[in-house]
Amino acid sequence: MQGATIRSRPVYPGLAIAPFARRHIFALEGEGAGALLDIAGDLTPEVLGRSQILYVARGSLGVGHHGALQNLGAAFWAAPTVPPLLGRLDVELSRSHMGTRLYLAGTEGFIGQAMQVAAAHGIDPVSVITEHRGSLARRVQCVHCKGVTEGVTTSPFLCSHCGLSLFVRDHYSRRLGAFQGVNIDAEEPGAVPPPEELYL
Amino acid sequence: MDTGYSATHRPETFRDETFRGEFSYANSPENIRHFPFPFHEDAYRYSVNIEPHVPGRPGSAFEHLIDVDEHYLAEMADRAQVLAEDPLRYQALPHMMLAQWDTLELLMEEQARAYPHLFTLERNGDQWRWINRPLGIDDTFTFGDPSTLPREPLDYICRQTQGDIALMDQRDGNLWLDAGMITAQADWSLDFDVGMNFHEWHAPVPLAPQMGVFDRALKYLLNLQLGKPVRRLNWTMTINPRLDTSPENYPKWGPDRTTVTPENVGQKVHLRVELQSLWRLPRSNGMLFVIRSYMMRMDEVVTVPKWGRRLPRVLETLPEELASYKGLSRYRQTTIDWLKRHDDGAPTSPGIFPD
Amino acid sequence: MSDDLQMRVTALVDEAAGIRRVRLEPVAGGPLPAFSGGAHVVVAMRDGDVTRRNPYSLCCDPEDRTGYEIAVARAAASRGGSAFIHERLAVGDVLVVGAPTNLFQPDWRAKKHILVAGGIGITPFVAMMAQFARAGLAFELHYAVRSRAAAAFAGVLQDRYGPRVKIYAADEGARLPLAVLVQNQPLGTHLYTCGPERLMEAVLDTARQAGWPEQALHAEHFMAPPPGDPFSVTLANSGREVAVGPDQSLLEALEAAGINPRYLCRGGVCGECATRVVEFRGTILHGDHFLTPEERAESRTIMICMSRFVGDRLVLDL
Repeated sequence: MQGATIRSRPVYPGLAIAPFARRHIFALEGEGAGALLDIAGDLTPEVLGRSQILYVARGSLGVGHHGALQNLGAAFWAAPTVPPLLGRLDVELSRSHMGTRLYLAGTEGFIGQAMQVAAAHGIDPVSVITEHRGSLARRVQCVHCKGVTEGVTTSPFLCSHCGLSLFVRDHYSRRLGAFQGVNIDAEEPGAVPPPEELYL
Repeated sequence: MDTGYSATHRPETFRDETFRGEFSYANSPENIRHFPFPFHEDAYRYSVNIEPHVPGRPGSAFEHLIDVDEHYLAEMADRAQVLAEDPLRYQALPHMMLAQWDTLELLMEEQARAYPHLFTLERNGDQWRWINRPLGIDDTFTFGDPSTLPREPLDYICRQTQGDIALMDQRDGNLWLDAGMITAQADWSLDFDVGMNFHEWHAPVPLAPQMGVFDRALKYLLNLQLGKPVRRLNWTMTINPRLDTSPENYPKWGPDRTTVTPENVGQKVHLRVELQSLWRLPRSNGMLFVIRSYMMRMDEVVTVPKWGRRLPRVLETLPEELASYKGLSRYRQTTIDWLKRHDDGAPTSPGIFPD
Repeated sequence: MSDDLQMRVTALVDEAAGIRRVRLEPVAGGPLPAFSGGAHVVVAMRDGDVTRRNPYSLCCDPEDRTGYEIAVARAAASRGGSAFIHERLAVGDVLVVGAPTNLFQPDWRAKKHILVAGGIGITPFVAMMAQFARAGLAFELHYAVRSRAAAAFAGVLQDRYGPRVKIYAADEGARLPLAVLVQNQPLGTHLYTCGPERLMEAVLDTARQAGWPEQALHAEHFMAPPPGDPFSVTLANSGREVAVGPDQSLLEALEAAGINPRYLCRGGVCGECATRVVEFRGTILHGDHFLTPEERAESRTIMICMSRFVGDRLVLDL
């Protein structure tokens, strides 16, 4: 579970059903499915009748969550990878009204990307209900070339775009849904400490 | 002036100089005294040090609320080059358009009022004419209609104003960094930080959050009034007079920090001061944050005896955590040793101005 | 405050039954600062030997730089300000006006703005709509009034904005269709309300019941300092005692005694007049919207514009 030790990092308080919402959209990634399944007891027929579940298995062990999520009885759609899920979320939101609440669960990188889609529809990030599940891997933007590397578990690491050795700074951008990566050996090229596994 | 000398700051000529390559940037003797030296006393002390931004001592950087000096043209040329290489140094989220116009008005008004020989603003209803003589600009446009300007209003005016500009939106009891042009920053990325609230934006600053500094500053700023801007000074050091010390270009300027030797401190090491001013904006109720950077190499600092004595004393008392955050660790001691040769141990007078 | 403007009354117009609009222009001439929709000014009025300082929303076009306008309803139980404006203020009089301050600004990110006004609560929306229209932003106004005769600005707003303005007159049996209003609004819509507390509560409640998040809801609490039993306050720095009358706020009593504490809204919202309580024996009657319930319980801070005191000793850090 990610704590709020970094002031630029969002807090992920955990999924809880907004009692008065007219519509519930759940976007779940990998182990994020568990965040919804754990509150299945709160999913009354009324809530389920107003719910849409979007799911991508990435990061999960196997595909076991498909069945469990489908069995909840709400409208369900599974995406093969994250980008189609984000595309579908965008379409769902474009047809939604005030009173729709969005729930996101999964890795921090996934939550960040889905939040970007929501913000474009005028949804205030604070009103989105989130829960972090799964890997602590970070999504990191290289401040130099602007390329984003997914699933970063060590610091430093090599930027997958420009190849610089990047130190992962404890600074998170909600707009980019990413941490900041800064060249670690800029002052003395080649002086790169061994990578540490920090974000497994 | 028939006396041949005026204490008033009225730049007539602009230096032809660079902030990269051969680094020909330098301050004239008059501009050295114009410099906003940031240390009130001989020891370092962290404080929010906010004061009303009202016209100050003639000849100083505080004389006019938006300061223009002999580096104007060179800074504007450097900014244009930075933006050509990296257009992400300018950002404006869509809801900031009204704040953009507020900012354009404020910067045009302040510069035209302070330097009528350089800038003229003529208004006829919403038909405005802006003349910028140093840059050879004479544009007529409709205030409020972006299609009548060659660029977005903020982009347009920031390319004609010394200092970095950040615009903040006020909502939910916080200030949100939602637009700006940042080309001369002390190691923070606008592209990364745009959209953040006050606490998020300052997250990497050590010590201050624990001291509650940002909570107090935010509370104060949320009630900042129209027509009552405030200012504070911030400082760091830069090796070579490089304006663009962005994280984006860290691989380009980072190695400079290893080049300081006892022989070249006077030339290479620069005190870099930010005169930060904060203004409530009228139409958007947003906030304008002007971060005007001044640089002065150690050779120039010690031409003012008071500053030459005080600077090494301050640097010696700076906590290591802050020295590291400011990136001074590699050359702090070398710089102190060099400056100490100019400190005869005599007491210094209170306040920041030269004796 | 020293930056306050001397402004001359250049027009007094009865906008509707019991609502008077006051136009103020700067004595010294020159363009006024533009302002943002939802902003208020504090107007100081010399009424005999009493100086009244009341906040009023600006209800003119923020781009009209020649004057500011406020509209004042005649209060049933006036503390003095509204009676003064309705009975004694005359064209040509000079008032002292503070800089515009905004504690009710629009959220500029909104995809659409829905404004719900009750009675004199229309005033901040007049300026907001001028800004929305100029910027091409989507908005609609829903305006509840006792009767059309009491509906200030109704005609001019309908002329300007046509079907975007909807008026509901109680004497015609029309009521705000709140439940319908909060249905089927596009994502990113923001809702603003100003008027009697009961109306605002109903508006906010209906939106919450329809699943709207707090971030999309905005209300302007139009509050006058409550009257109460007289009490006395001791100032820690000078040892002086100041008496607070039954119809006077603590802030007003201090000002009358020549002390000038900081303030902005005079309505318990902004927090600017927060004052440290050094010592007290009794009960502080917190009347503000700023302090948290914990802070109220502790009573180490008092908002002197709205709060009163019952007891035998109150010492403030002044």
